Amino acid sequence: MQTRKKYIFLTFLASWLLLFFFGGDRLRRFAFFSGRKAEAQRNWPHWTDRSLLNSFADPEELQSDGDPSLPSPRERRAARLSVYKNSRCRMETCFNFSRCEKHGFKVFTYPRERDQPLSESYSKILTSIERSRYYTPNPEEACLFILSIDTLDRDHLSSQYVRNVDEKIRGFPLWNGGRNHLIFNLYSGTWPNYTEDLGFDIGQAILAKASFYTESFRPGFDVSIPLFPKDHPQRGGERGWLYQDSIPPKKKYLLVFKGKRYLTGIGSSTRNALHHIHNGKDIVSLTTCKHGKDWEKHKDTRCDKDNVDYEKFDYQELLHNSTFCIVPRGRRLGSFRFLEALQAACIPVLLSDGWELPFAEAIDWGKAAVVGNERLLLQIPSAVRCIHPERVLAFQQQTQFLWDAYFSSVDKIVHTTLEIIKDRLLPHRSRSRFLWNTLPGGLLARPDFSTHPGDFPFYYLQHGSSPSKKFTAFIRAVSPSGSLSQPILRLIQAVSGSQYCAQILVLWSCEKPPPPSGKWPQTTVPLTIIQGRRKLSDRFFPYTAIQTDAVLSLDEDTSLSTSEVDFAFVVWRSFPERIVGFPTRSHFWDAEQRRWGYTSRWTNELSIVLTAAAFYHRYYHSLFTEYLPAGLRELVDGLAACEDILMNVLVAAVTKLPPIKVTQRKQHKETVPQQVGCKEGDAGTPPVGELSPSPLRSPPAKVKGTTGAAGGRRFSQRHDCLNQLADWFGYMPLVSSQLRLDPVLFKDQVSVLRKKYPRLEKL
Amino acid sequence: IMCASAKYNTRGPALIPRMKTKHRIYYITLFSIVLLGLIATGMFQFWPHSIESSSDWTVEKRSVHDVPVVKLPADSPIPERGDLSCRMHTCFDVYRCGFNPKSKIKVYIYSLKKYVDEYGTSVSNTISREYNELLTAISDSEFYTDDVNRACLFVPSIDVLNQNALRIKETAQALAQLSRWDRGTNHLLFNMLPGGPPDYNTALDVPRDRALLAGGGFSTWTYRQGYDVSIPVYSPLSGEVDLPERGPGPRRYFILSAQMALHPEYRSELEAIQAENGESVLILDKCTNLSDGIPAVRKRCHKNQVFDYPQVLQESTFCVVLRGARLGQAALSDVLQAGCVPVIVADSYILPFSEVLDWKRASVVIPEEKMPEMYSILQSVPQRQIEEMQRQARWFWEAYFQSMKAIALATLQIINDRIYPYAAISYEDWNDPPAVKWSSVSNPLFLPLIPPQSQGFTAIVLTYDRVESLFRVITEVSKVPSLSKLLVVWNNQNKNPPEDSLWPKIRVPLKVVRTAENKLSNRFFPYDEIETEAVLAIDDDIIMLTSDELQFGYEVWREFPDRLVGYPGRLHLWDHEMNKWKYESEWTNEVSMVLTGAAFYHKYFNYLYTYKMPGDIKNWVDAHMNCEDIAMNFLVANVTGKSVIKVTPRKKFKCPECTAIDGLSLDQTHMVERSECINKFASVFGTMPLKVVEHRADPVLYKDDFPEKLKSFPNIGSL
Repeated sequence: MQTRKKYIFLTFLASWLLLFFFGGDRLRRFAFFSGRKAEAQRNWPHWTDRSLLNSFADPEELQSDGDPSLPSPRERRAARLSVYKNSRCRMETCFNFSRCEKHGFKVFTYPRERDQPLSESYSKILTSIERSRYYTPNPEEACLFILSIDTLDRDHLSSQYVRNVDEKIRGFPLWNGGRNHLIFNLYSGTWPNYTEDLGFDIGQAILAKASFYTESFRPGFDVSIPLFPKDHPQRGGERGWLYQDSIPPKKKYLLVFKGKRYLTGIGSSTRNALHHIHNGKDIVSLTTCKHGKDWEKHKDTRCDKDNVDYEKFDYQELLHNSTFCIVPRGRRLGSFRFLEALQAACIPVLLSDGWELPFAEAIDWGKAAVVGNERLLLQIPSAVRCIHPERVLAFQQQTQFLWDAYFSSVDKIVHTTLEIIKDRLLPHRSRSRFLWNTLPGGLLARPDFSTHPGDFPFYYLQHGSSPSKKFTAFIRAVSPSGSLSQPILRLIQAVSGSQYCAQILVLWSCEKPPPPSGKWPQTTVPLTIIQGRRKLSDRFFPYTAIQTDAVLSLDEDTSLSTSEVDFAFVVWRSFPERIVGFPTRSHFWDAEQRRWGYTSRWTNELSIVLTAAAFYHRYYHSLFTEYLPAGLRELVDGLAACEDILMNVLVAAVTKLPPIKVTQRKQHKETVPQQVGCKEGDAGTPPVGELSPSPLRSPPAKVKGTTGAAGGRRFSQRHDCLNQLADWFGYMPLVSSQLRLDPVLFKDQVSVLRKKYPRLEKL
Repeated sequence: IMCASAKYNTRGPALIPRMKTKHRIYYITLFSIVLLGLIATGMFQFWPHSIESSSDWTVEKRSVHDVPVVKLPADSPIPERGDLSCRMHTCFDVYRCGFNPKSKIKVYIYSLKKYVDEYGTSVSNTISREYNELLTAISDSEFYTDDVNRACLFVPSIDVLNQNALRIKETAQALAQLSRWDRGTNHLLFNMLPGGPPDYNTALDVPRDRALLAGGGFSTWTYRQGYDVSIPVYSPLSGEVDLPERGPGPRRYFILSAQMALHPEYRSELEAIQAENGESVLILDKCTNLSDGIPAVRKRCHKNQVFDYPQVLQESTFCVVLRGARLGQAALSDVLQAGCVPVIVADSYILPFSEVLDWKRASVVIPEEKMPEMYSILQSVPQRQIEEMQRQARWFWEAYFQSMKAIALATLQIINDRIYPYAAISYEDWNDPPAVKWSSVSNPLFLPLIPPQSQGFTAIVLTYDRVESLFRVITEVSKVPSLSKLLVVWNNQNKNPPEDSLWPKIRVPLKVVRTAENKLSNRFFPYDEIETEAVLAIDDDIIMLTSDELQFGYEVWREFPDRLVGYPGRLHLWDHEMNKWKYESEWTNEVSMVLTGAAFYHKYFNYLYTYKMPGDIKNWVDAHMNCEDIAMNFLVANVTGKSVIKVTPRKKFKCPECTAIDGLSLDQTHMVERSECINKFASVFGTMPLKVVEHRADPVLYKDDFPEKLKSFPNIGSL
């Protein structure tokens, strides 16, 4: 053993010496040759007199950068207006801000003309705008104008190409050189050059265009939009394909491409090279020559073999099973492939030099895509191989977030476009890049509410802050008598007893005036009465009086104890983006009637927390009132019992998470239907059927016939509500949960003295 | 393939045959000597320049005045004017940069020359102090190369920081004769003061063809987005005056303007704001009657009051930075240094480093037309946000404004990010001040997903030799409907696992993994055999959990896939007497940890535990054979910022035939050890990441007065 060790040691030593010897030899030779290059610069020298060098500018000159001979700022601004027009447009030179001051950001769409055919996509865009909260039918109020002429397809070989646009536009009295107009376009130019030309003079209009080339893009003025197919859903939209975070985040293939290979013409240099990276194992890059009518004319030697290989793989299969997807330019810079990859959580590897990426003004694409260089295609495989798995995981999740927040429906694409323009109007009231690129995204983070991340329910962790330690109790009173009922007095006492209660607000929704202040119970916390406008959606109005992050929403007949309130609030502080409350309901898909069902039976699941007793973040008041389109709020005001479902649907749509149920002392009765005008008589007793047990995990049996008339009507209204909301949102946002949060020692067989919330266990 | 990033190790724990420690040390030493030798030889062979240069240039002392003189003939070529349509893909030769494992561009600096025209008159000052600092910084950075053939970016030593200090035509001629000029391709020029009277162009007037321009004072019309880099105008005061950082909070003035030589129209607008709002607005100007010897740039006056500049900037919440003849102002740097929130009034100005910096977090931009509304606009900014902006402003100065070095490196990094986008620095790294980076959490599993139930979970049983108990656990766990695979980690090297035929027959695949060493961390290894996201770690003696309890645990995990979901909870407490953390296993109203004797969690955390555990925690746990569960709790809470979820009333693991865990739990020494673990981990993490909560998760109908047979999880167990 000893000898062996010695032997090994000697061998190592010898080889080391040998290496050093050769190295030394090389070194000597280098030293010899380098004498010739003595002139060559090595490092930047440390000049002996560096401290004596002059500054690049005289301090005085730097601090007073003025020139009295210059024109006045006002003159300069005026001069700028005449110089920077058309292709050099910027918001400050081509957009009339004053139009947006009085009525805010209102969008007008030109009336559609009957003889004017609209493509499916363009009519979806117009519908989106008309359904949005920014729509105005009155051009006087408008800040932004949208043409009714379909400008999406400006390839004059296309069947949807609209002719004589210039002429038509000139006939519009509102056109005004295109000022404050927004023009949508998906395809510009045509074979063979596919230029950026739209075939008419857009003048000073903002262009929202797909496949934008950076050179013709007017920064801060135009908007680059994604290319979307004509069957792109109007609203809602399909969800992304990432259902779970896989570890390691690798899929079957590393990198895939399947598409056309252009043999000639623009874009062919990139598409023609793609087959080089195909290795048949983890990189699959398949091209076909078969496209167009006369492909065989340009056919080369690869074509036949390629065409055979091409058929062996299914595009969808590749999309589903690859970590990265190559998204090369086509004839134009953008392609459908981009959104397809994004939805599939297949990280796009962009090979489209000069493409102004969709919504790049807002979206940080570096977090969701690999921006490659067409000229460096052959480096792509090694580059993506080197991306760390943790980044891949983050990329995958970001694709899903972006897809869902900005791209999955025409509504979202249009709204993102509008919000980007709106953000430019008031730069100090606009979203930071952080808000655009963090869940739940810019459309749901309204800068009108706040520009400070700490004011929203979503960013506490990233921001390193926590929700406020107090809550505002918000009680909706509809007492028909105009006096204070026993339940509301008890409720005020119970709530004001909570150590976390900052104030109590009573929303008085009766025709009769509220009782004088002397009639209200004495509380340790301030109690304020707000006169409501007697609309159901009132209860979710963002009253300025609500100053705490948390709102405890209550009905006057809700019965809660102080410890229930305390516990629920402590739980809410752990889940500030969700609704945390007591009585719950659930929804289910009624396969028989092919519609959504609503049930208040005791079930093993829940998806709705009634806002008769629930904590949520005050930001949801703002979203409810200012984010939801007016039409939706009108719908809710029209139906008797829908506003709380809408609130639940809204929060679920924002968070994609279920609400949270916490322990309640005893079963709440189904709250009395709340009447807007405090009319008497309609208030029925809770329908018995609603509280009866339902079979396990199967949709509850139909309730017809088992409930009283009032209950039944109310019940069917809630069914209708649920279905109409699902229709408005384009999908069913509600998410079910199977759990309830109880205190750690809840109903445990330990001494009551040990328990923090012993009162929750009493019946 | 060479990757800078660490490779994912998907193999099992090291399977090297064990050697005696003595031998190991011997071989390792031997090996490292040889390796060192190899490296040293390699250095000699392939980097002869670096070794020479250190001897060459640090020894030799030279003066700027000794540099070679180059005479420019009057008819020497002039480059084309800058091409406004240039973009990286059209004007930049990316092939020069190549693919390299570090994803760093190589920057070459031309040697310093003095340029004179035909008559011997110099073209410009040879070099300014700032430009020298900038080039020194580049030369000292890892971007630098002295090999012109390997360079991707070229920086001329011709100083064009201030256009007024040079002769335009001759400077352009000097550029054109640079050895690798080639129409300016891949050349980078730094300019801070562009334009000159009468029209003050917003970009350097020196014809420069395709060269990239790092310019201060670009307007949206001259800035080639994605090609040029907008840089600050450096303020030499930064180096002279030391303004210590001042905590955010209210300050004496609300709005301050301290610029000199403002256009009278702006000044009158500012004065109108002051007239309306009184004391809280302070408008300063140049002092007219200063005694000699006091530099005018360091004083500002309002009527007869004299203020020190830039110190006065610290007295205000907002500081106005108006455009002058140029768009970029050195005052911006002073304002940021003072932690004053800049109010930028300069239409069409491209803010410094706007490609990467989120100026909305540090400044308020007000269109010139809206200047009269400045006061009300600023009043609408929430106080909390102002405080953050103050901090952010100071951070921008510290990171990107305070020295020519900071400016140079940020510029090169931006260009680097464009060339190697897949290795680019993230928004957070550019923008978050260190305090925010420290206090904020970015959850790696940030997407709200509820994984499909159908995938099920993989149970991992760590076992040594308790075969009988192990078999019972396997039988029990296999009854859980969502179990999709069972993995036994056989941690006993001295004994073979039982033969296949002896194992219980269960409905799901059962795999046995043998480990190389009896280590606790083997239970948290991301084995390839784990094909589900959900992992149930379970000890080989946990047989008391009911099938409903486990199934419910899995359902809860699905709703909280980024958390540890477990049964018995534990708590950490601050011991005021001892001034340290204490482990608590009493039945408290709070929990901050769950035991991993049976817990669900995401497979990702196995990966984190194995490869990303901070400090020496992993080895420490293996050496002490304890606290792996506490380490896991720390790790998950630290990376997600979220609490654990305790499910069901279960308070302890009890098994009839074994006394190990519960027996130990009661043991005083055990408690002391556990407390030590918490203190140790808290010090390694540098913080206490555990979150205390007062809730646990129960089935919706738990203990409700409702027929048991209709409940999803009727048999939820007991304490």
